Amino acid sequence: MAGILVIAEAVDGVIASISGELIGAAKKLSGEGAGSVTALVAGDAGLAQGLIAAGADNAIAATNGALATGTVDAYIPAIEAAIAQTGADIILLGQTSLGRDLGPALAFKFGTAVAMDCVDVTIDGGKLRATRSAYGGNARAEVGFRNSPAVATIKAKSFDAPAGAAGSGSVSTIDAAGDSRVKVIGTSKADTTGIRIEEAEVVVSGGRGLGDESAFRMLEELSGVLKGATGASRAACDLGWYPPSQQVGLTGKTVSPNLYIAVAISGASQHMAGMSGSKNIVAINKDGDANMVKVSKFAIVDDYKKVVPALIEEIKKLA
Amino acid sequence: MNIIVCVKQIPDPETPAASFKVDEVAKKVIPAQGIAPVVNPYDPQATEAALRLKDADGGGTVTVISLGAETARDAIKHALAMGADEGILITGPEFDGIDNFQTAKALAAAIQKLGGADLVLMGRAAADWDMGVVPTGVASILGVPAVTLAKAITKSGSVLTVERVLDDGFQTVEVNLPAVVSISNEFGEPRYPQLRQIMLAAKKTVQIWGAGDLGIGDQLGAANRDLTLEALYVPKVESNVEIIEGESPEEKARNLAQKLRAAKLI
Ligand SMILES: Cc1cc2nc3c(=O)[nH]c(=O)nc-3n(C[C@H](O)[C@H](O)[C@H](O)COP(=O)(O)OP(=O)(O)OC[C@H]3O[C@@H](n4cnc5c(N)ncnc54)[C@H](O)[C@@H]3O)c2cc1C
Ligand SMILES: Nc1ncnc2c1ncn2[C@@H]1O[C@H](COP(=O)(O)O)[C@@H](O)[C@H]1O
Repeated sequence: MAGILVIAEAVDGVIASISGELIGAAKKLSGEGAGSVTALVAGDAGLAQGLIAAGADNAIAATNGALATGTVDAYIPAIEAAIAQTGADIILLGQTSLGRDLGPALAFKFGTAVAMDCVDVTIDGGKLRATRSAYGGNARAEVGFRNSPAVATIKAKSFDAPAGAAGSGSVSTIDAAGDSRVKVIGTSKADTTGIRIEEAEVVVSGGRGLGDESAFRMLEELSGVLKGATGASRAACDLGWYPPSQQVGLTGKTVSPNLYIAVAISGASQHMAGMSGSKNIVAINKDGDANMVKVSKFAIVDDYKKVVPALIEEIKKLA
Repeated sequence: MNIIVCVKQIPDPETPAASFKVDEVAKKVIPAQGIAPVVNPYDPQATEAALRLKDADGGGTVTVISLGAETARDAIKHALAMGADEGILITGPEFDGIDNFQTAKALAAAIQKLGGADLVLMGRAAADWDMGVVPTGVASILGVPAVTLAKAITKSGSVLTVERVLDDGFQTVEVNLPAVVSISNEFGEPRYPQLRQIMLAAKKTVQIWGAGDLGIGDQLGAANRDLTLEALYVPKVESNVEIIEGESPEEKARNLAQKLRAAKLI
């Protein structure tokens, strides 16, 4: 096979963790006979060098400044040039703001297909096969591709970044970019003070059962004493109780902390889709039949209003 | 302004895991007993966006398209009851088992048959396959720009200003019409049809188009999928929960803290 093109991303000039995971996925495919791994990133050669250090065989710096806007129109000519240069027949992207748009746009541009939000990829009979969840996480689907290049976006935390194996190839540059029909006027970043939820070792999340917004201050205190981050179910976010950037689930963040404490969250499949990779789950729910209780390691079946303050006090004592 | 909204009928995404079953041989979901299919939850939000834009613009029509089984007429009726003007149901055996890429081709063909639109609105993803590719796909086929994950839309002249949801914040973009925009849940609650509107909707026309009307018959059928479905199953989840006991909620909390400490989790 002719190779894999990874579309890497950088945040504030630093290669994003999803990019290492994509290279991990690509190396796995490469080991199964899919050819060499080339990773492309919008930025300069120095940034692209980081992709080789992260394990890519070769890297491409897409240097045109227009790519910084992250629009599909800007990116497509650069990726077409990268495909022409490498002959790659598999394109991997992250399930990120960029990948969600670019994955489908590339598939339709090339007249092929994209599998979104994949949790596994493998080579089967010389072709890409991808595993993804469907029906809100109630089902798993394995999909194949009729034509190439096959495109897949990869769900965060589905692969490990390759451990300490730098590639041996070189960095080339591509300057192509397209004029964007979509004009970016402004971007507002969510408040990222504190620990980023995707990287936190402990996440305390609250749901609709909290009953009101102020209860999140209690959860923030709990995550504070545990040096973790605070998250929310979509029901809580939709009620305006917590910012959508902290939403965990199918349409929110994917987290896999060592400890996930779900407070007054029922455990709908769409929420589980964002946290089922957590190493240890604790449920605090007044309903013993709640799905979250069933999937947890430890559960307290009681009113969170009494449980959480006592838990905070006891943890402070143990500290 | 003429707006087309695409709405999909899907199995209820809130179907409890215990009632969710799959026929692994047919690679199909078995409809859950007593749980009726629903409109994809983002699609009424797309309809809401269309109605608000039409009102703000002071005229035009909102046309609803749904591709699906005969029952998808209910999804169209819902949009008509919300206030959309007319509906088109794309149905027929050729559409059975098609993928999102074929769906995009069929919807684009239907939009072209309607003479295009100033704006096509869709949901961010259909909560059956959870793909989120049809909006970008239809835009690509029609040769117009796509803006995804909108939480607010305003129009001034032929320019649309869209506030969209990013992984870590929000972004404001401008795009010239015609365009395709997909709506995210942050857009807010759609209106709920009142009885009078439901009665009015019964009088609105729903045209039925088949593969032949769209001239894409040769690209349909499960055999022409670009994304082949190799397997479909329900992932296994095991329960090994330890319920923390105690005389009072406070005592349970203390016991949990001790357990977490013993397990070196805190
Ligand atoms: C397409 C789609 C995408 C979605 N994406 C997401 C997503 O990304 N993330 C997400 O979270 N959801 C998502 N959802 C929504 C999901 O289906 C559920 O509706 C949602 O997760 C429910 O949130 P919840 O658990 O907070 O609320 P509920 O289901 O209402 O649960 C509240 C829980 O609180 C408990 N409770 C109530 N009072 C107390 C108390 N005093 N003490 C202790 N416990 C109490 C109740 O027993 C119950 O278990 C999506 C849905 C769809 C259709
Ligand atoms: N069969 C269909 N009929 C009408 N609209 C659809 C259909 N499939 C997808 N759509 C539209 O495309 C959006 C995204 O769907 P998808 O890309 O399949 O996840 C949905 O929210 C609908 O607005």
